[in-house]
Amino acid sequence: MITIIDYGLGNIRAFVNVYKRLKIETHIANSVSDLENSTHIILPGVGSFDHAIKMLNSSGMRDKLDLLVLEKKIPVIGICLGMQIMGESSKEGKSPGLGWIDGKVELFNDKSIPYKTQYPHMGWNSIQPTKKSDIFSGLENEPRFYFLHSYYFVCHNHSDTIATTQYGIEYTSVFNHENIYGIQCHPEKSHFNGVQLLKNFSQLSNDKT
Amino acid sequence: MLYPRIIPTLLIHQKGLVKTQRFKDPKYVGDPINAVKIFNEKEVDEIIVLDIDRSRFGTEPDYGLIEKLAYECRMPLCYGGGIKTAEQAQRVFSLGVEKIAVGSLAVENPSMISKIAEKVGNQSVVVVMDVKKKKFSSKYEICIVNGSRSTNLDPADYAITMQNEGAGEIVINSIDHDGMMNGYDINLIRKVREGISIPMTVMGGAGSIEHFGEVIKEHGIIGAAAGSLFVFKGKYRAVLINYPTKLEKHNLIQEYFDRAQKISNTTKYH
Repeated sequence: MITIIDYGLGNIRAFVNVYKRLKIETHIANSVSDLENSTHIILPGVGSFDHAIKMLNSSGMRDKLDLLVLEKKIPVIGICLGMQIMGESSKEGKSPGLGWIDGKVELFNDKSIPYKTQYPHMGWNSIQPTKKSDIFSGLENEPRFYFLHSYYFVCHNHSDTIATTQYGIEYTSVFNHENIYGIQCHPEKSHFNGVQLLKNFSQLSNDKT
Repeated sequence: MLYPRIIPTLLIHQKGLVKTQRFKDPKYVGDPINAVKIFNEKEVDEIIVLDIDRSRFGTEPDYGLIEKLAYECRMPLCYGGGIKTAEQAQRVFSLGVEKIAVGSLAVENPSMISKIAEKVGNQSVVVVMDVKKKKFSSKYEICIVNGSRSTNLDPADYAITMQNEGAGEIVINSIDHDGMMNGYDINLIRKVREGISIPMTVMGGAGSIEHFGEVIKEHGIIGAAAGSLFVFKGKYRAVLINYPTKLEKHNLIQEYFDRAQKISNTTKYH
């Protein structure tokens, strides 16, 4: 079953609604016992880096999540801040990240952004897949998604980047390493492209790696 | 490439969808849930829902209705109307709403902006300024409680105050242009935009796709919202939910945004 991690941050309801319409069963996890039957994990997140790590730690789910993701290798996707906390560290905070993927989080450099509003990067922007991936199947070329963020992910291993987006600079908007996925935009609020991507995620086989 | 946002604004009055003119004469135009379903199909960039009964009667948000709206929305949803406390804001947020809009509250109690931001994040706090031109003067002022009460506050100054309080976005709603479909108040928009760097959305007056073009050409990345244009068709104002097609939007962006970007980049870097 697809498990959506509810640690007090993020629009949990929006994911449930998308899957409900697709007739795909989901389950909201608030505590470690809720993680039992997970085949896929969605890690949403809105807010600040340190607060997110603190909330996830105090949810009691952290150890079990490490086990499911790093040892059982079940597919997991981090959304927005959920993507960012999967890395090692962030310029936004002092806490170490989950360390599931080799990378760090940086703040947009205002000199490179030619708009009056430099951050947040807010609105509809496109992603350019740089690698073939099942997560993109059925999507048009350069599909557009809704973005809302001021910090962005930098993959240490270039090969983990599977799509990029332009906002002053070209940065990693989707990464994938083995069973671990991260996406900076909000597929749960991105019309048909978002629905398609979340459907693709639910169909990733969980014994691939 | 990031695109400017084109946003339908829906007004709720007695659970129905209405459209006003200069904040008066709410005309019933249909069912809000049904409108959202149509706007889903049209893949609108974002949606703003304002319940215009709440501040007038001092009542709490209609959580049941908000939940139904949020369930339908496959795009970001901004809700405003009746939010007075951080707890109410959080409750609305937890129903699946991305952005919390406050108007009267922001004027009556500006420190609430940071309190709400603590619960839902700065990026999700939207301040809506209902603005009227002062009588016998070229100056503007903010009005509250559906435009019925003057505050003597200057919108350009107040937008800066709100940015400093931690607002994530400013919506300018021109009372004089509301429902008139004669174009946005370009002068007002320019004055407010000058002082703030947070995202901004403009509302009041859009009557054609060219009106969006006008603000996009001048301001680039901006939210351009409209009510009447997306619910009425023709000079007899027949009710018909509509929105630019993908091609119309593409052409609009190409004509007004891409060209303006190129010009500003040239002046900036060469």
